[in-house]
Amino acid sequence: MSGGPIEIVERDFGELALNMGPQHPSTHGVLRLVLHLSGETVIKAIPVIGYLHRGVEKLSEHLAYDQLAPVYERDDYLAPTANSNAYVLAVERLGAIEVPRRAKWLRAFVSEWQRVSSHLVWLGTLGLDLGGALGGGTTLYMYCFREREKILDFLEELTGTRYHTNFNLVGGARYDLDASLAAKSDALAASVEAALPELWAMSGGNPIFEERTRGVGVISKDLALGVGVTGPTLRASGIAHDIRKDAPYDAYGELSFDVVTRTAGDAEARFQVRMDELGVSLKLVKQIAAGLPKGPIFTRKPLKNPKATKLPKGEVYAAVESPRGELGFHIVSDGTAKPYRLKINAPSFKNLQIVPHILPGGLVADVVAILGSLDPVLGDVDR
Amino acid sequence: MPAPEIVAALQTRFSATPTALGVELPSSELLTALRALRDAHGYRYYVTGTGAESATSFEIVHAVRNLVSNDTIFVKVSVGKDAPEVDSAAFVYAGAEWQEREIWDLFGVTFRAHPDLRRILMPDDYPGHPLRKSFAMDTPWGYRPQTSETPEAAS
Repeated sequence: MSGGPIEIVERDFGELALNMGPQHPSTHGVLRLVLHLSGETVIKAIPVIGYLHRGVEKLSEHLAYDQLAPVYERDDYLAPTANSNAYVLAVERLGAIEVPRRAKWLRAFVSEWQRVSSHLVWLGTLGLDLGGALGGGTTLYMYCFREREKILDFLEELTGTRYHTNFNLVGGARYDLDASLAAKSDALAASVEAALPELWAMSGGNPIFEERTRGVGVISKDLALGVGVTGPTLRASGIAHDIRKDAPYDAYGELSFDVVTRTAGDAEARFQVRMDELGVSLKLVKQIAAGLPKGPIFTRKPLKNPKATKLPKGEVYAAVESPRGELGFHIVSDGTAKPYRLKINAPSFKNLQIVPHILPGGLVADVVAILGSLDPVLGDVDR
Repeated sequence: MPAPEIVAALQTRFSATPTALGVELPSSELLTALRALRDAHGYRYYVTGTGAESATSFEIVHAVRNLVSNDTIFVKVSVGKDAPEVDSAAFVYAGAEWQEREIWDLFGVTFRAHPDLRRILMPDDYPGHPLRKSFAMDTPWGYRPQTSETPEAAS
């Protein structure tokens, strides 16, 4: 080998089309991205979705109102109760069905626990996405899942199910929280809260993490509004819009909490918004467990035939703030026992739509960081 | 419920009729009405777009929101069933692009001047539009396994 300088030859290889997914570990499910590259730079990105399309909206037209809530829990499978919560809100609004106050508080309670568990999955998988920068990424992933396991164990004790809790009923809640479980919830909230600084030190406090996320995938205010991104992605662009605050449902009108925002609009800002939301949600579960009103959790007359509940003719829209953003149900009723048309306004679908706008100009390595910071759940995208 | 003064403003400027969640317009006025909502009334946030089939027409709905007054309005247009076609709102609200692709995919309504009107959820070579009422739940295709137990398939 000669000791002379290494000659670097730059050649233009033209445009390269690269298929990323649908089976790819950092696309968070079956998302396929067709990336047009010039060298390492993305010049065009085309997301291809639909691999997980299960036709839930068509199915809805064939099931009765009281049968449908568990079906939607399979949509956004990281925060199942948020889906059924939005659905029962829409049905209750259209049918003017009374919900007991305690049930409203319990719905918020389970929703907030699932927000914590969902954000922990997001943080863990973001660690995997950014891989080598974070000691292989698996460490952060394992630490997040350690905390999440405790939450799932708690939900199992409360509802009998770790995951698809089937908590929300049209007209109330299915399971009640007793004093010993409330104490367990407080202890669990304290222990997850104690783990947050550790998780932060392994991710946000890491200079390589900053390098990978700061200034990457910037979403301007105007773009965020026009495309209609939602949830933490919207709030990281400086817009303080949170359905829990702006159109309070369940118990959120009676609870006090802050809406977390950032102004940078980049991947780091989205990361920081979710990290802070973990703390907000943990405060909320403690607040709810402490102030839970007494009373029944379900006051509707027992149903002889669940397929017989009819709703009045009309249309309704109801939304909740799921961990990914505004999750809404638009129901058109023709006065029968089944929805005439039901549309799920899915937050991941709207957030993923930003991808062709923000990937071009960045590097291939940024693609995974940006996707991770958007936190799409493909079950929610494809429905 | 949308703000009554916005509904009234749309009624004076366009031939709009109030609905439960917003207004219904003739399809020729859709884009001017959406532009007026966005630019003059501050409805800058695109919430969702959806479609529905009625006995005689397809209804296309765009929901937009004013984040200052926190008010959402649903703007509905109806198009005839024989050649369903409506102007695309994707150049007014970028968020309408995918929602309109979804409506095209599931209902078969064409959007004029849409930047990229392809199927989005169903396979590219899929025959038919599944959310139409004429599309039966047990329509067989390709690899779909045939089972004798399809509950409620008959109804």
